[in-house]
Amino acid sequence: MSLFLCGSHRRYDILTNNDNKLWMYNPIDLLNGEKMVESIIEMTDVVKKYGDKAAINGLTMAVRKGELFGFLGPNGAGKTTTIRVISTLTDFSEGTVKVAGIDIKKDPRNAKDHMGVIQQAISLDKDLTIRENMMHHAMMHKVPADERKKRIQELSDFIGLDEYLDRMVDSLSGGWKKKAAIVCALVHKPDILFLDEPTVGLDVKARRLLWDLIKKLNEEGTTIFLTSHYIEEIELLCDRVGIIDLGKLIALGTPQELCNKVGSTAVEYRENEETKYKYFTDRDQAKDFVSVLDDHDQIVIRNTNLEDCFVELTGKSVGGR
Amino acid sequence: MFQTIKDAYYVAWGDMCFMKHNFWNILVSSVMSPLLYLLAFGYGLGNGITMEGVPYIAFIIPGIAALTSLSASFSSTATRLNVQRLYYKSFDEMLMCPLSPASIILGKSFLGLFRGLVGATLIYILGMCVTSELYVTPMLIVSVVLSCFTFSFLGVMAALLAKSHQSMATFSSMIILPMTFLCGTFFSAAAMPAWFQAILYALPLTHSSSIIRAAALDWSFPWISLVVLFAFCVAFFVIDVYLVKARRI
Repeated sequence: MSLFLCGSHRRYDILTNNDNKLWMYNPIDLLNGEKMVESIIEMTDVVKKYGDKAAINGLTMAVRKGELFGFLGPNGAGKTTTIRVISTLTDFSEGTVKVAGIDIKKDPRNAKDHMGVIQQAISLDKDLTIRENMMHHAMMHKVPADERKKRIQELSDFIGLDEYLDRMVDSLSGGWKKKAAIVCALVHKPDILFLDEPTVGLDVKARRLLWDLIKKLNEEGTTIFLTSHYIEEIELLCDRVGIIDLGKLIALGTPQELCNKVGSTAVEYRENEETKYKYFTDRDQAKDFVSVLDDHDQIVIRNTNLEDCFVELTGKSVGGR
Repeated sequence: MFQTIKDAYYVAWGDMCFMKHNFWNILVSSVMSPLLYLLAFGYGLGNGITMEGVPYIAFIIPGIAALTSLSASFSSTATRLNVQRLYYKSFDEMLMCPLSPASIILGKSFLGLFRGLVGATLIYILGMCVTSELYVTPMLIVSVVLSCFTFSFLGVMAALLAKSHQSMATFSSMIILPMTFLCGTFFSAAAMPAWFQAILYALPLTHSSSIIRAAALDWSFPWISLVVLFAFCVAFFVIDVYLVKARRI
């Protein structure tokens, strides 16, 4: 259940989880809160419907400038639709979206200058070489003619793509294709880079290289908006995490904050041939609980992770229904 | 206006690279079917026949040039855009660039314009080698360019509306193929019954054939057909812009 309380200058979203605990957070505080952190994306009451079904249902959220923001949710939760809405690929019926302070409905072309998007599927032109794809992106993003070649070379050096530049897209492995997509998205120096499930289909080595690249880009000042249903990816990389389900933001905070909300210590135990989980604010409480359990062989006490948080919040496993 | 044309060039640049990689393929495929039509209908069936006072071969070549402007412009634009939109997803990248919908549509129509012009020009040059009845006039150039633009915009529209590769094939079978054979390319539309003429004159290729033939054979120029074809061209362009602008794709 979600309930909006509107005050004169604040609005709180009150959520209840399966245990009917009340959680409170205020996405708008990110704009008006104590730290006064500058936001680069502001979404307010955004609704996107496909027919009668709402893919995004009153989404209010802000992403801070310079942060690595993770967007987590099960399949069909609205992650990709959110990116498509922000990047102007998909129209929305209600609400406002601002990117770098620009209303994307009023001035979409100006807003697009600030964004680079790497879609879930590789969206390069496979009939062209990597260099041609990069040049085409640079032209369409109106990078000045005298800067294009220099910029391509810089990015190619940055990612180590030099030897692949004149190869056709389809001749590259999945990891290199993804890197090529990233350099294309960066060619106009966007302030914010959207990565929609960038590591899907990559092997472990390619995934780790991509994680390093994402961190490097963020350290150099690019705001990263990363969606994934790989929980460890979000936990490892992101400063803050938003969890979306059924088109609504159901939690927002740092990974640690989200875990603390559930309880920082998790107990995993077997009961009636089923694995069960219980969360506690500290280890002592967890130990007290364990001491009264029968079968001590199959009990694990560990730190709570984001997946626990997600399941506790929604009652669903990450990545599926 | 200048900015729109400049942006259209940026959009078209990708297709120019595509053409560079596939030059011979494009060239051969642009002239193969009109050449076959010329051999089969011009020489095979039409040898010794006259139509509206000229040898059939001279009558049919402007019709085949019009047909080429349709088939080459439509299919090259529609096929590539369809692939880019539904399979490569690279059309999304264009939509995420700071470009106006008009410049995207103009840019994407360039490939069709080029292939239509190449195909029509080659078939016309070939025709001039076999008959002395054909002329090159300014109105001929205007007519061919307008036809290529019209059918390129139609190709963009088909690709934007297509839900799958199959729906593109259906569009071609239901709209393009009947136009190819019926719209005054191989025979005079005036020879058909009145009720059928009404249908034929509601289709753009009939007007395209009519103006290209009149310009090529130095007949009295059918200005009304030019205006109607121009109206089709504008209408297709406006629909394309709407589809992109409203993201109804």
